[in-house]
Amino acid sequence: MFWAGLLTASVACYVLKLAGVSLPQRWLQNPRIQRTVPLMPVALLAALVATQTFSTGRHLVLDVRAAAMGVALIAVLLRAPFLVVVVAAAATAALLRLL
Amino acid sequence: MATPRPLRPFGPPPRQAGRTRRGVIRDALGIGIASGAYAVSFGAIATTAGLSLIQTTSLSLLMFTGASQFALVGVIGAGGSVWAGAATAALLGSRNALYGLRLSGLLNVRGLRKFVAAHFVIDETTAMAIARDDEREARFAFWATGIALFTLWNLGTLIGALATHALSNPKVLGLDAAPPAAFLALLAPRLRSREPIAIALGAGAVALLVLPFVPAGIPLLIVAVLVALLGLRSIKK
Repeated sequence: MFWAGLLTASVACYVLKLAGVSLPQRWLQNPRIQRTVPLMPVALLAALVATQTFSTGRHLVLDVRAAAMGVALIAVLLRAPFLVVVVAAAATAALLRLL
Repeated sequence: MATPRPLRPFGPPPRQAGRTRRGVIRDALGIGIASGAYAVSFGAIATTAGLSLIQTTSLSLLMFTGASQFALVGVIGAGGSVWAGAATAALLGSRNALYGLRLSGLLNVRGLRKFVAAHFVIDETTAMAIARDDEREARFAFWATGIALFTLWNLGTLIGALATHALSNPKVLGLDAAPPAAFLALLAPRLRSREPIAIALGAGAVALLVLPFVPAGIPLLIVAVLVALLGLRSIKK
């Protein structure tokens, strides 16, 4: 089941790429699609940030991850590279747990 | 993968072919190395989420689109089903279809090469290709970036996964705080006007609001449906 999910997701992502380079231009040039598709990553990434920071399973929680995200936010505002943002957040969480 | 800001022109406009190509290769390697470092964190996060070495490396080989890969392992790591993760990954991958659309006229690929080119259609290759004035330079930039990125992305994933396998308890290193930070870093370049900021705040709030009532991963799909409805509706105005 787990592999089936991984492979289905991989195939779906590839088919979307292939559709872009293969389908007749007018299909994807529909203004509704042009407008909606760029909103999708914004909404999903924001939802991922919120849920992975403030929840464990089905419970809303406030723990060291919130502080780690505060540090990540500062790093992002300072335009730090990707890896610096991730490592700063992880290091903050690790340090706060040691205290 | 969105280490550089999407669709932003890179480098100087083409002048002399030889010099430009060297510049393109340098840019492509720079992007590849940055993404390779980012892939190390993907390998670490996927392993912490419980994926085996072969599952983690397969994702980078077969899916090869960073945000979707992070989303899939993020949902699984948070206790969601693999199918909720798969749906989120596919929804995030939908933007690549629009990139492909922009690139299809430029690349002008047919036959087998089209199937290889399609795999390389991601944020970085699109940004590198559409920044060129000349079609041949654009094609060169696309392939150079695609090859550099694919190689270093998979190498980085392998290193991250192997290193994390060697750890007894990845939580001690704060690796559970890494996924949301990764998502924030991917989100930030997309928040450059009021509308996306409003959508991001709304999406985060809705996801937390419905979270206690549905299985893990499902809040993301609810958000996706709502934003699709919003996008399709507001065009009527």
